[in-house]
Amino acid sequence: MNKTINQKAWFFVIPVFILVAFNAVVPLMTVVNYAFQETFGNNVFMWEGTRWFKQILRSERFHAALGRQFLFTGIILLIQIPLGIAIALSMPKKGIGVPICLVLMSMPLLIPWNVVGAMWNIFALPEIGFLGHTLNDLGFDYNFTQQIGDAWFTTILMDVWHWTSLVVLLSYAGLQSIQPAYYQAAEIDGASKWAIFRHIELPKMKKVLTIAILLRFMDSFMIYTEPFVLTGGGPGNATAFLSIDLVKMALGQFDLGPAAAMSLIYFFIVLLVCWIFYNLMMRNEEQK
Amino acid sequence: MSLELKNIEKKIGFETHVYPTNLKLEKNTINILLGSTLAGKTTLMQIMAGLDKPTSGEIWFNDKNVTGMKVQKRNVSMVYQQFINYPNFSVYENIASPLKITGIKDDEIKERVGKVAELLKLSGMLNKKPNELSGGQQQRTALARALVKDSDLILLDEPLANLDFKLREELREELPKLFENRECIVVYATTEPSDALLIGGNTATLMEGKIIQYGKTIEVYNKPVNLNSAKVFSDPPINISDIKKNGNTFSLLKDNVKWKTSNVNLKDGNYKVGIRPHNITTYKEGNNSIEIKGKILISELSGSESLIHFTNSNSNWVSLSNGTHQMNVGQEAKLYMNVDEFMYFDQNNNLVSHV
Repeated sequence: MNKTINQKAWFFVIPVFILVAFNAVVPLMTVVNYAFQETFGNNVFMWEGTRWFKQILRSERFHAALGRQFLFTGIILLIQIPLGIAIALSMPKKGIGVPICLVLMSMPLLIPWNVVGAMWNIFALPEIGFLGHTLNDLGFDYNFTQQIGDAWFTTILMDVWHWTSLVVLLSYAGLQSIQPAYYQAAEIDGASKWAIFRHIELPKMKKVLTIAILLRFMDSFMIYTEPFVLTGGGPGNATAFLSIDLVKMALGQFDLGPAAAMSLIYFFIVLLVCWIFYNLMMRNEEQK
Repeated sequence: MSLELKNIEKKIGFETHVYPTNLKLEKNTINILLGSTLAGKTTLMQIMAGLDKPTSGEIWFNDKNVTGMKVQKRNVSMVYQQFINYPNFSVYENIASPLKITGIKDDEIKERVGKVAELLKLSGMLNKKPNELSGGQQQRTALARALVKDSDLILLDEPLANLDFKLREELREELPKLFENRECIVVYATTEPSDALLIGGNTATLMEGKIIQYGKTIEVYNKPVNLNSAKVFSDPPINISDIKKNGNTFSLLKDNVKWKTSNVNLKDGNYKVGIRPHNITTYKEGNNSIEIKGKILISELSGSESLIHFTNSNSNWVSLSNGTHQMNVGQEAKLYMNVDEFMYFDQNNNLVSHV
């Protein structure tokens, strides 16, 4: 049989190609462009090689921001994952309670980031905010705009309030997919509640939990709007996480070279951590 | 050792899942609960196990009332349709899991797991995790977990339903052997009449939450007390038709078939006849066979059997013959019915005569 060679089908790929080029590759290349050069405006560029990368990697300011970022992400993961699982476990499995719980749980997820930030800002104000005022009335010396500990406490509380639901919903979906026969089999064996959780529920939730941890890691590692609105990175630089610091450097000081280098380093850290984590979690699955 | 259900009833809300039921299972027997889905098999088994409480009635075990006693105290094992194993335990740990809780010494656990694993052909895969096994091996592991402790009652809830044909055949043949020389009562729920016939033992036919008949499997099959019992215990579905008896002559009311027999002692009048599909064949079988003409509706070959649906004058019939007999749809054909295997039911659907 004669094959007619016709490569016109490639034309169908062009729209996607253009779309991806404009929405991902071109902006990324711009950043790459800035990261390796020095510019004084007027479209004049000078090659700088890896200077900006070295500068960022050696700068104490970057180390501090990175440290704060890992601390924040670590804390919220340590709170949100167990708390999310615990809430999912205590939610009803059937009946009218299910839709009620699900709707209540999805509410915080539907609120835009800047609204959450503004809400918590007002909520936590020491003079007029419900939380701030109540804490002060109870005898706590609480002021999130001036005290570092209070700023962290409020930021973490806000993130837990906003995002634990995501972990709850994912865990709940995982739990619901466990067939009742598993629980009966465990009952026949006389397994304790802890054993049921450890040996049935947790392994069965492994995949959704991997997704939950990955999503929460990425989102919290790139968090910007909420702390920006709540604390503006303060007091001082106490809650200036990586993205806040990055914006300060790029738009506040207009250090485009170092900011671009930092963006790339930032991007690679997120990518690397996700890759390592995913491979660790899925190692057993791939052995099949 | 015996398990007795006394007037067990199960209602959920306004729905009755099991109507008042009496059943006595003796020791060292395999008992099959045969019925379609929603017949109440699983509910009944869960009540037997103690996983579920009856709305009313009592369960007696060894002449002791155990109604409401928790499942952990009853020495019961159960195997499900789904392959239920602990996902992060190895096959060895899975099989050992029911023993660990009882506090048996490690040496003895090892010995017993080894024995059961050998019986179920799992010896080579004791270190694997369930998700690395095939479906058949996963179910073997679940069976091993049920067999490793000396349960008084072993409940198997459609254990072969999720396996593919070959694995099902293989495991089904092994099953009765697994329970030989065991001091226990086995209850096996299935929707497949062929499972019941192959495993033997006793069978209870169930329909819509009621036990219709309980007895030796072969007796229930050969002498169903009524039409429903015959329907439950027949696959493909049994042919049922209205007939008229006049002296020694019987005739179908809707179709053009007559036969004579002097072996049936019934008053003249209207009855129903039940004819199992394998008693209508493309060849003559038995000494007393009659012809039925038919127009072929469906003709299927499955394995070494031929399933033929055909219509006589007014009603449709199902026939199952040994061997491959390919027929064309629409073709007129002659088939033969084995009169000696006919079952006669009265107008209330109760069996009145079986030759």
